[in-house]
Amino acid sequence: MTTNRGYNPNEIRQAKGMGNRIWVQFNRMLRKNPNMIVGLFILMLFSFLTIFADFLVKYDPVAIDPVDRFMPPGSVHWFGADNIGRDVYARVIYGGRVSLLVGFMVAFLVTLAGLFIGLVSGYSPKLDMIIQRVMDALMSFPTLLLALALIAMLGGSVWNVIAVITIVDTPRMVRVVRSSVLTVREQQYVEAARGIGAPTPRILFVHIAPNTMAPVIVQATYFFALAILTEASLSFLGLGIPPEDPSWGNILSLGRKHLQQAFWIAFFPGLVLTINVLAMNLVGDGLRDALDPKLSRRA
Amino acid sequence: MWKYIIRRAILTLPVLLIVSIITFSIMQLAPGDPAAIVLGGDYIMYATAQEIEDVREAMGINKPPITQYFDWLGGFFVGNLGTSLFTTESVSYLVSQKIEATVSTVFSGIFIAILLGLPMGVLAGWKMNTWIDRAVMVFAVLGFAIPGFWLAFNLIFLFSLKLGWFPVFGFRSLFTDGPVEFLRYSALPAITLGVAFMALIARMTRSSLVEVLSEDYIRTARSKGLAEGIVLTRHALRAASMPVITVIGLVFAAAVTGTVITETVFAIPGMGRMFVKAVGDRDFPIIQGLMMIFATSYVFLNLIVDIIYAFLDPRVRYS
Repeated sequence: MTTNRGYNPNEIRQAKGMGNRIWVQFNRMLRKNPNMIVGLFILMLFSFLTIFADFLVKYDPVAIDPVDRFMPPGSVHWFGADNIGRDVYARVIYGGRVSLLVGFMVAFLVTLAGLFIGLVSGYSPKLDMIIQRVMDALMSFPTLLLALALIAMLGGSVWNVIAVITIVDTPRMVRVVRSSVLTVREQQYVEAARGIGAPTPRILFVHIAPNTMAPVIVQATYFFALAILTEASLSFLGLGIPPEDPSWGNILSLGRKHLQQAFWIAFFPGLVLTINVLAMNLVGDGLRDALDPKLSRRA
Repeated sequence: MWKYIIRRAILTLPVLLIVSIITFSIMQLAPGDPAAIVLGGDYIMYATAQEIEDVREAMGINKPPITQYFDWLGGFFVGNLGTSLFTTESVSYLVSQKIEATVSTVFSGIFIAILLGLPMGVLAGWKMNTWIDRAVMVFAVLGFAIPGFWLAFNLIFLFSLKLGWFPVFGFRSLFTDGPVEFLRYSALPAITLGVAFMALIARMTRSSLVEVLSEDYIRTARSKGLAEGIVLTRHALRAASMPVITVIGLVFAAAVTGTVITETVFAIPGMGRMFVKAVGDRDFPIIQGLMMIFATSYVFLNLIVDIIYAFLDPRVRYS
């Protein structure tokens, strides 16, 4: 570093400590990526709505009201009412709880499993042969078909859906982690750690793992979005979340039967689903540009 | 070249073996007695122990799992995928009934995706940072986020129910019903299936072309006065096509997932819908058979993509 360049205030702040540095980076990231702000705003707004739904939504998502059946969207029912008079807005907001839970849990579990398997696979050539063939085999099944077959085995429930989507998506995360381990493990500091006799688990989890995190975090946001889409597909096919609990896929599935007389039953959950997936993709693209410049579009 | 092909082909064997083990295990671990399904659910309460035993004997499910696995795998090689628990017809026969609908849906979807996605990507990459580029990228991000079934609803609502241009659902064969009927019935399913891949192909083509256009040899070609059209078609597109080919290979695999949804929404009698029904019915031989068929075709498709890739890029062969 040349001394006559003067001090960059950011560098001073960075030198002061980790916590500060993350905020500076985060700020810089947001300033560069207006799309990401939009995405984050949508996600925060929606999370707020679902978390505090009990106070913000005036209808019970399972309350039946025969008088209001098929009532079009308006001031009484914002998103209209369905075939047995349930408020579609309430069902969409409460359904968001299930969708966001599935998305978050899958992203979290896929990251954990993917990190662990990917680290071992990338570091040990012997295990790598076996693990990679198993991952290749798992990835040979079309994602939705494997998920459906596993559902046939386990039965449909929120936690089974989470487990199934995690199994289906993990090999894809393993591939990301493994390829980044393969480059990181050739770095000098890893060699140095090995040279001073650090045990393998320490090398893996203390030295290698933190340096593979950038692509992993980016992928995790995409898996979040993908999991929500997969959950909706499974529920739409009637094989995911049980029909009693509102979920976006369930509501859409019901709306399909009444498309002719009440398009709003299918339209609104799909719209909210699309907006959320879009927001997550925007956040993912923003993170990718900020954390992983190699992957970003060279525009 | 041959050496590479053989080496690559041998690599598929362990994968296919593990695929078969996974498929078989899922169905073995599934709860419920297939014999009970054959005897008709509740009827098993009235069936005698001897009857149940006879059915189990006939289905071969009282043998040890290892023997069952090899019987099943052996059958797969000679095209015997077992018998449906419900219709008591052979799985291969049932699949052969559904294959045309699925293949034509997948192909028309991918056809539309390539037909529109490729030019969009080329245009966006070529006119980088203009409004054309931005419009294509907005479409690419949107096309990826819209779930197939919701897009299908909107298309049906607008074009079938309101405007009446296309039928709401159903399938017509290209061979027995003629091309006009085929196109009328497959237009909306093809768009539903194709939009996400269109977005993906446009995105890949764009970024690949942007990268190639910044290469030195493109600058050379331009500075020696070649027409822009020739620079683009002869020099840039050839180099930019490599990643696009990989993506198109992947798209075929992903299209199978898409076709499950598309076939269900449009009531197309294909393999995807058959699979969903089999899962609902717990008709295990059909589930197993279809999983093997889809996974095997995916593995072979990947093999073909890799070979084409090696053919186009000699560096791959020798690595």
